[in-house]
Amino acid sequence: MTECSGSIPVRVEQDVVLARQAVRQLAVASGLRLVDQTKLVTAASELARNAVIYGGGGEMRWTIVERGVRKGIQLIFADQGPGIADHARALTDGWSSGTGMGLGLSGSRRLVDEFELDSAPGEGTRVTIVKWI
Amino acid sequence: MDRIPILQMGDLLLVTIQVDMHDQLALTLQDDLTDRIQRTSARGVLIDISALDIVDSFIGRMISTISALGRIMDASTVLVGMQPAVAITLVELGLDLRGVRTALNVERGMKLLQQPEASP
Amino acid sequence: MAALQQHTLELIRGNEEQILAQWQQNLAGHGQDNRISRQELDTQTRDFWRLFLQAMVAADAGSLQGPEWQPIRRFLEDLSAERARRGFNSSETATFIFSLKRPLSERVQAGLADDAQLLGDQLWTISELLDVLGLHTVKAFQKSREDVIQRQQEEMLELSTPVVKLWEGVLALPMIGTLDSQRTQVVMESLLQRIVDTGSEIAIIDITGVPTVDTLVAQHLLKTVTAIRLMGADAIISGVRPQIAQTIVHLGLDLQGIVTKANLADALALALQRTGQVVTRVAR
Repeated sequence: MTECSGSIPVRVEQDVVLARQAVRQLAVASGLRLVDQTKLVTAASELARNAVIYGGGGEMRWTIVERGVRKGIQLIFADQGPGIADHARALTDGWSSGTGMGLGLSGSRRLVDEFELDSAPGEGTRVTIVKWI
Repeated sequence: MDRIPILQMGDLLLVTIQVDMHDQLALTLQDDLTDRIQRTSARGVLIDISALDIVDSFIGRMISTISALGRIMDASTVLVGMQPAVAITLVELGLDLRGVRTALNVERGMKLLQQPEASP
Repeated sequence: MAALQQHTLELIRGNEEQILAQWQQNLAGHGQDNRISRQELDTQTRDFWRLFLQAMVAADAGSLQGPEWQPIRRFLEDLSAERARRGFNSSETATFIFSLKRPLSERVQAGLADDAQLLGDQLWTISELLDVLGLHTVKAFQKSREDVIQRQQEEMLELSTPVVKLWEGVLALPMIGTLDSQRTQVVMESLLQRIVDTGSEIAIIDITGVPTVDTLVAQHLLKTVTAIRLMGADAIISGVRPQIAQTIVHLGLDLQGIVTKANLADALALALQRTGQVVTRVAR
């Protein structure tokens, strides 16, 4: 694997499937064990879908990160949508407001090693996740 | 648009999901299934996911919904063949497939469908 | 970290062969034996040298984390892993870097003899740089050793927690020792896979050998059983000693309808019943 980063658009429904496949390839190539691959791909699916449905479309940026000798896969889902006002609520299981984010956000958090939500009303949303190899 | 085929065997409907479904395809399957249950008065639905290496909350909700709608129409749903990695991930994800019966494979699933469901 | 001046770089490059020769001699002189051949050392030192110069040209000796330093970091990580495999220890491995200090410094010293200020500054830069690279090597070495240990641990875990087929359609998993998160993961995965492979409907998880059950342990067990049920099988927990039963009640742990049995025999009897099997005694 020569490339260490890239990005793909996540604008329409089909892109969610493409995102899943891209993350799967990345995870396999990086040597993640099967269960961890599955967790990462599932988290990516949730977050990509959120970006499409609630964020009005956005992109998924992937990077192989290194911290000292540790290597990991970092995914950033960014959109220019309405943004999330109440982070705490959004990260509670089954939260559903008019925008109905449900299990996607809180669930994905449990599937990855690092999770960061950066969002505010009118400022879009950025979710950064990392799975260490 | 492609659709997931539904096989009818007696009063049983069998669906084998083998592709990575986009959301619309999943919703179409849900509609097609409930439609077929109604038209054929099917008593049982078998959903085979042994080929799926990922099940996220959307697909999970689809399965729960099919099960719930089926029950209203007096059809029982059994989910078969979930892969270990998927099972572990779903538990971590917190997905609640309560109310959906499961079996290891199609054969066991059919046997299960012959047994009445315990009241939820 | 300060930067290496262009002049210094040219000085270094100009004396390349001498520096490399001396470096290799230092390495060979440390009694680096039959674990690595002269030829390999030659290749490795030259490869490192090339990457080193590239990095020095592309960026000043800033933070070792920058992208310009990635090829060299990767090289050192591979080197460390390979040395670890061959049985070198961490200081022997770090010597690869540190034995470059002297030859490099001597050349620079000779070339910048008439500018004491600059010389001091550049020597310091070289020293700092090689120290950082050396440290990275040691860290990478330790990491690869840790990886090996972890792999070995996992293998041991699997060995010490074998999944046995008790009967047709019935598997048993005797757990011994403390149930921590990592352990449960490894063991869970292998149990689930065996369930699929054997088509077993019931898994008996025996916790006779588990000293304590607290909320965390119960959570792990619960997750395992939930996953088993999602796959279409079921689980019985056996070996629940009175003390453990008390703890469960006391902590108010919700076992969500999982059946528990005091011993394996009772669990097996139940499993046989559930799978519609009967064991009869025949007159002999």
